[in-house]
Amino acid sequence: MPNVSTRLCLATALAFAVAPSAATRAADPPADIVIGSILPLTGPSAQTGAGLKAAQELAADLVNGHVSYPLPAVGQNGIPGLGHARIKLVFADSQGKPDQARAAAEELITQDHAVALIGAYISSTTATASQVAERYGIPFLNPDSSAPSLTQRGLKWFFRATPNDATFAQNFYDFLADLKTTKKIAIHKVAVVNEDGLFGTGSGDAEESIGKSSGYDIVARIPYPATTTEVNAEVEKIKSAAPDVLMMSSYLPDALLFMRGLKDQAVAVQSIFGQDAGFIDPGFIRTEGDDAEGVFTREVFSLDIKQRNKSVPLIDQLFRARFGGKPLDGNTARDFTGVLVLADALDRAHSTDPASIRAALIKTNIPGNRTLMPWKSIHFDPSGQNDGGVGIIEQIQNGKYETVWPFDVAVKAVVWPMPAWKH
Amino acid sequence: METLTTFAQLVAGGLLTGLVFALVALGLTLVYGVMDVVNFAHGEFLMLAMYAALGLGLLGIDLFAGLPLVAAALFLFGIVVYRVFVRRLLAGPPEATVFGTFGLLVLLQGTAQALFSSDYFSAPNRPLQGTVHLGPIALEQSALAEGFGALVLTGLVYAFVEYTESGRAMRAVAEDRIAATLMGINVQRINALAFGIGSACVGAAGALLMLSYPVYPTVGAQFALTAFVVVALGGFGSIEGALIAALLVGLLEVLGGFYLSPELKMVPVYLAYLAVVLLRPQGLLGRR
Repeated sequence: MPNVSTRLCLATALAFAVAPSAATRAADPPADIVIGSILPLTGPSAQTGAGLKAAQELAADLVNGHVSYPLPAVGQNGIPGLGHARIKLVFADSQGKPDQARAAAEELITQDHAVALIGAYISSTTATASQVAERYGIPFLNPDSSAPSLTQRGLKWFFRATPNDATFAQNFYDFLADLKTTKKIAIHKVAVVNEDGLFGTGSGDAEESIGKSSGYDIVARIPYPATTTEVNAEVEKIKSAAPDVLMMSSYLPDALLFMRGLKDQAVAVQSIFGQDAGFIDPGFIRTEGDDAEGVFTREVFSLDIKQRNKSVPLIDQLFRARFGGKPLDGNTARDFTGVLVLADALDRAHSTDPASIRAALIKTNIPGNRTLMPWKSIHFDPSGQNDGGVGIIEQIQNGKYETVWPFDVAVKAVVWPMPAWKH
Repeated sequence: METLTTFAQLVAGGLLTGLVFALVALGLTLVYGVMDVVNFAHGEFLMLAMYAALGLGLLGIDLFAGLPLVAAALFLFGIVVYRVFVRRLLAGPPEATVFGTFGLLVLLQGTAQALFSSDYFSAPNRPLQGTVHLGPIALEQSALAEGFGALVLTGLVYAFVEYTESGRAMRAVAEDRIAATLMGINVQRINALAFGIGSACVGAAGALLMLSYPVYPTVGAQFALTAFVVVALGGFGSIEGALIAALLVGLLEVLGGFYLSPELKMVPVYLAYLAVVLLRPQGLLGRR
């Protein structure tokens, strides 16, 4: 046995030793283009980080490969605009901590000579890492952080492909407006309930201000501490405000507490709109069972988008093969897309000079149906925010999340109002 | 009438919340009372108990049948932790127990994260998910069960400490360790027993909390902070003090949440805590 493996090793080593020289004979291959990626690879978000890494690697491999899909920048054996140079992702761990993310960005720029950065998922880590990129004048593409404040900092080198929590709040009101025209459902009174961290406050503020400016009556605004273990007072406040619709930004434990409290107090609302997070956690339906029926939540992605782009199930299969059979989800689809956005800009830049890449990013204009996402387009406004971003709205029907809006990717009709609480 | 009903509902909700806090704080106050050790990993013991109850639930053992098993498992775990770890800390300088148990917190949390991921899990087929109506007041059955459990456990621990031989020995150790040793009390054995019983209490609390709460690696922190306030407010080491303080904290939190703002609901709790610390540092029912 040792003989066989030794021979195998030798053969492999030989193959590697020969390969580059054969290539050199043809023509000098262009050097790999280094893109630095900052992700939470250890710490509480390590599992999410591992998925994001797999998704980015898949995207890079498709860019460097020859199989084409209805997606930007893939299947052209690297970046055509740069002599088919291959892109190479170098990963650095943020541990989910802002200070580590800053150090990771510094290292990727100064040690690895990354020409652009991508990352970093957790909003607070994206904030610090992108400050470093700004200082060095290196483009930073953020595919996956949703705190509205990130694009309100006046940074020149920061681009965010994902819609943010303000967009998602706007989507809820767009959905309500669509319901009014198509189903004659008239909603007036809205209560906004949110955990009081960065995420909840950002989306709660947007829901309140957009609601007011769209002519809705915001009958209650209820911020609460995310770490609370009971919501007695919050539920009583909702009950006395008697809203038609409840908009909630909560993590899972608090979302469950609210659902229990609303049911116990028999608070009758026409519907509950959850901002992702706790309402999209697998534990939500598992725990709530029938009580979850009719609840809406916004998502950033759904496999239902195959209606619009037929590569969605194909990319999903490729991703599953690499990531233990787990399906593509909102986070991984966005990170996959982020790498393609950078590859597209590199191609048009015809240069790895950061300023040229930035100029190309500013001119990005990818139609939504050429992406895995439900977006109208990818195009950056002067703040660096993709102004073509849209979320989708799903409703829990028969124990499953079904896409019900935007109507062009919907697979099920809206059920309104949600069923009465069963006691 | 409407406001009166709301008030009654809030008071009932606050008292039940308080009983849940009492349930979690009981083990902490017992351990402190006997050996002057604040176990910073108390919340992580609760987390372990919740995972244990979840595990039993997945094996088809329901939460009530699982409760004594979880309590027994935590009792043994507590004894082992005392014998292997805390005993050595007690031999060092006083701050050794602070850093030592804090280290245990980090270790247990990290281990849980590695083993169970940071996902949330609720027990399967939880019993008592209905609502009890008392006139206009609606109460969760699960919260009533947790509150009842808190009262029973507090009663049991109180009776044990007051009326049994070992309990008397515990009080003797709490009062004067050296004198107790001279009287022939095996302090190590009593300490281990107190740590074990304290852990068993938090084990029972964890099993009961699974009626209404999901488990995840950092769940302990949510409850432990309030438990520390309850124990300090009631008087470190006072069992009945912890119960009264917990009810007070529950009421202040819920009423403060409604009449001030939910965001500020912990403010009256911490104000009460500050006032007690300033005016009566030994706590409401504390000795010394």
